[in-house]
Amino acid sequence: MNRTTVPPPVVLFSPDRMRQAHRSVAKRHMVERGFRWFCLAIASSSVLLLCIFLGAILYQGLPTLSLGFLTHPPSPNAQEAGFHPAILGTVWLLVLVVFFSLPMGVATAILLEEFQPRPPIFRRLLDFVQANITNLAGVPSVVYGIVGLTAFVSMFQMFGGAMNPALEWGVIYYDQFFNEADQVLLVPISGPNAPYVEPEAGMQALTPEGQTVTVHTIGLDAPWPQDPALSQRTLRTNAMSGRINERTWYYVRIPFGRGVLAGALTLMLVILPIVIISAQEALRAVPNSLREAALGLGATRWKVVRRVTLPAALPGIMTGAILAMSRAIGEAAPLLMIAGIVFISNPPSNLMDDFTAMPLQIFNWAQRPQREFHDIAASGIITLLAVLLCFNGVAVFIRQKLHKPLS
Amino acid sequence: MNDRNVNPAATRQRRSGDTPLSFTQGTRRDLKRGDSHEDRSEQTMTNDKTTAIQFQDFNAWYGSFLAIKDVNLSLPAHRVTAFIGPSGCGKSTLLRWINRMNDTIPSARGSGVLTMHDVDVLSRSTDVVELRRRVGIVFQKPNPFPKSVYENVAFGARMHMRISKTEMDGLVEWALRRAALWDEVKDRLRHSALSLSGGQQQRLCIARAIAIGPEVLLMDEPCSALDPRSTAAIEDLIWELRETYTIVIVTHNMQQASRASDYTAFLYTGDVVEFGETEKLFQNPDKVETRDYITGRFG
Amino acid sequence: MEHAHPDAGVSPAKLLERRNRLRSHRTQRIKESGIVSSLISATVFSVLVTLSIIFILGVETTHFFLQEEASLGEFFGQTRWNPLLGSEKHFGIWPLVCGTFLVAGIALLVAVPMGLATAIYLSEYANPRVRAGLKPALEILAGIPTVVYGFFALILLTPSLKMLHEGFGSYNALAAGMAVGILILPTISSLSEDALRAVPQSLRDGVYGLGGTQFDAATKVVFPAALSGIVSAILLAAARAIGETMIVALAAGSTPKLTLDVREEIQTMTGFMVQMALGDVSNFGVEYFSMYAVAATLFVITFALTIIGAIIRKRYREVYE
Repeated sequence: MNRTTVPPPVVLFSPDRMRQAHRSVAKRHMVERGFRWFCLAIASSSVLLLCIFLGAILYQGLPTLSLGFLTHPPSPNAQEAGFHPAILGTVWLLVLVVFFSLPMGVATAILLEEFQPRPPIFRRLLDFVQANITNLAGVPSVVYGIVGLTAFVSMFQMFGGAMNPALEWGVIYYDQFFNEADQVLLVPISGPNAPYVEPEAGMQALTPEGQTVTVHTIGLDAPWPQDPALSQRTLRTNAMSGRINERTWYYVRIPFGRGVLAGALTLMLVILPIVIISAQEALRAVPNSLREAALGLGATRWKVVRRVTLPAALPGIMTGAILAMSRAIGEAAPLLMIAGIVFISNPPSNLMDDFTAMPLQIFNWAQRPQREFHDIAASGIITLLAVLLCFNGVAVFIRQKLHKPLS
Repeated sequence: MNDRNVNPAATRQRRSGDTPLSFTQGTRRDLKRGDSHEDRSEQTMTNDKTTAIQFQDFNAWYGSFLAIKDVNLSLPAHRVTAFIGPSGCGKSTLLRWINRMNDTIPSARGSGVLTMHDVDVLSRSTDVVELRRRVGIVFQKPNPFPKSVYENVAFGARMHMRISKTEMDGLVEWALRRAALWDEVKDRLRHSALSLSGGQQQRLCIARAIAIGPEVLLMDEPCSALDPRSTAAIEDLIWELRETYTIVIVTHNMQQASRASDYTAFLYTGDVVEFGETEKLFQNPDKVETRDYITGRFG
Repeated sequence: MEHAHPDAGVSPAKLLERRNRLRSHRTQRIKESGIVSSLISATVFSVLVTLSIIFILGVETTHFFLQEEASLGEFFGQTRWNPLLGSEKHFGIWPLVCGTFLVAGIALLVAVPMGLATAIYLSEYANPRVRAGLKPALEILAGIPTVVYGFFALILLTPSLKMLHEGFGSYNALAAGMAVGILILPTISSLSEDALRAVPQSLRDGVYGLGGTQFDAATKVVFPAALSGIVSAILLAAARAIGETMIVALAAGSTPKLTLDVREEIQTMTGFMVQMALGDVSNFGVEYFSMYAVAATLFVITFALTIIGAIIRKRYREVYE
């Protein structure tokens, strides 16, 4: 039991043995230096990669980047193709996504951070919700795309298909006639499933200019009237019509179909967990002493949040929201599922309209075999990266300037 | 004997009764324990007195702040020297310069001469790694690695030497016995070191330090994070270890300094105000500031 | 300076006297509970999202297996996936799973060593200047959209690989895998760095005090101590690599194959889903439902990885004190 009676280890106290066993200090220093340089080299290689990346893309895309590129619609001819509808499509999506995700995300974050319940069962519930949100953040965005496809585009096929929506507002259907005088006559009908209009004497029709005329019908073999005014509103009795529709800007239909609203809702699903988590972090950064001071003055929990915590956390929440939005701008996978590759030459004119977005258009061009399309894909990438750079710049600006020390 | 002075010998005898730790048996009954102060100091005076650590015109800075001013000290070998003084007086800084631990602080600078045995500590050509093998250090808060007890003790030895498994087993047992920890952990060698109590962890850190065979042991307030029982155990351990090592201990607890050390240096705002044999410094200090500090007028 | 009369101004007592100034506690409480209810409903939405995902995937996958051409046994037993082959449809999932794991495996092979070395350098060695250059670069890499990486893989990596060795197809797994690796590199690097920095400095000082170099401290103490955090970071990155869509859709190909040859064209689970969605979606045939079955498989795999990562992080988190 006595410690001093244990003989000291030979290795420590015999000088010869010590010298023998000693690891070369010089070698250890060499290992240290080598390791340090190795790690530095690998770490800088990521910077190198980034430079190669950006350099290659700039090299390929800058020549074709022009004002025309930014303002023209796409075309099968790569020389004339433009990015304009994609840019506006992204803007539409962004506005909608902000509208849907920010209030809900911040509200969830406030509940989780500021309104801790007392009973342990509710606290367990909130822990479960928190874990759920973290798991949602890890779901691949393409799964959200497929969920959006079912939930928003076709709405579980409960309300009819994309071609025959169950409910519609803000649209007028016409049967369109081309008569032999090359005049277009439009007959309003009740809905997309109404029976085709047969030309009848005395029925009302509209010209494309909006003028109401009375239709004059003639038989199959009757000679065409010479009088211009009459010929304009003449139809043969066997004339066939095509069905068109005219949608107003407030057109809405159920199911949403492959429109920009469905796309925005799906993107909302993708970035909602990110918004919640970053808003939570911003709220957590507010020191407790501020809350306690307000509570001590007799404020209710919501008043504390509204008057003290939220204003203090606002720069952080804004920064987090901007970063979440920049993530949303770059997401293509869910939009691929929702919108597909459609030839879009106009920005969306209503919420249900077909759309494209910047990453979608880039994907569209990149997957074509022709080299010219690769070039304009690179131009599109430069535009997209420039937009993201602005977003991040704003976020950094907010973080620096508006971040007042809180305690 | 002055009432105000704490009699280390008497305190030790008092404590040996109530600590249940195993090492209270053994050599506690030898000469050093039962003696009065005078007998013991006679003994120390008849031992060889060589200098282990020498400070000459030593200054140390943190950036532009002069933390240590013109220190001249000779710390004797195989003795326990205590650095005492109020907070911020530089005692930890001075201690950490001995094994250049302050190198981890980028703004730390030193000038003058500082030698440890044959090593010029401040010279750029000195291998810091080798220096730290010869000067062990124990920190204020026990910092065992999150590994097993065995691995903690073996860690330093494995880094510096190539030794076989059986030799390592012997080394670990020897170090743990020396640190008065063996009986408590011999069945738990493969368990995590974090499962030990605070006092046990600190003794493990001491075992870890002596397993690499240093000549000097530095201790930066080793007991300040521990309960009184563990403190007593470690003070006894320090007393045992001085046979083999030169020990320098920083403490803010004056009673500990007077109990556990042979020599004491009193520092105040970077100056060594007084240095001498502990007994003399506590019973009959030369300087007024020393007397004021010891009697509790400040600090 | 003249002193104001202590009773100058309106004292709180005077204010409280006027009853109508006091906000009614009752209306306040009603308003407060109304607000809390709306907060709760917002929170419930997130739970609804998870339930909807599980519901939708579950229901449609069941539809899939109820179709005559597909069966559970074939799904897990067969090794051919040809959903579009007219009369000879095959629905064995393994080629898609193999393609996914091949790409993810290459990605991890690229990203784990590089990411860990970067993390160790940033946490143990880097001086402020290097950090100031390195961290923003990594953040930029993390912010680049995946379609850009896909473009890079298709237009730059594949031609370079073809120059090195003729065996590479125009669509191949290696280019996609490498691009996915660069994509997840910042994730591994920053999460691992957080784990390494969480190790207290006192442990490193302990190593230095024993005469250890920074290499000794980093490899023998800090890295093992941070291992649980690092493993969970790698699992998270793996989940991300498995779920990656745009890069594989552009560069990996659309031919499901059971192969380990990285030069060949393959198809991943995500690639198949994109291929189906770009086709005719309104024809609700068995191919349409197969998309959901694949999505369900994908979801289960990534969900499992995320949960295991979280469990490892919680249960094996080193207690340093």
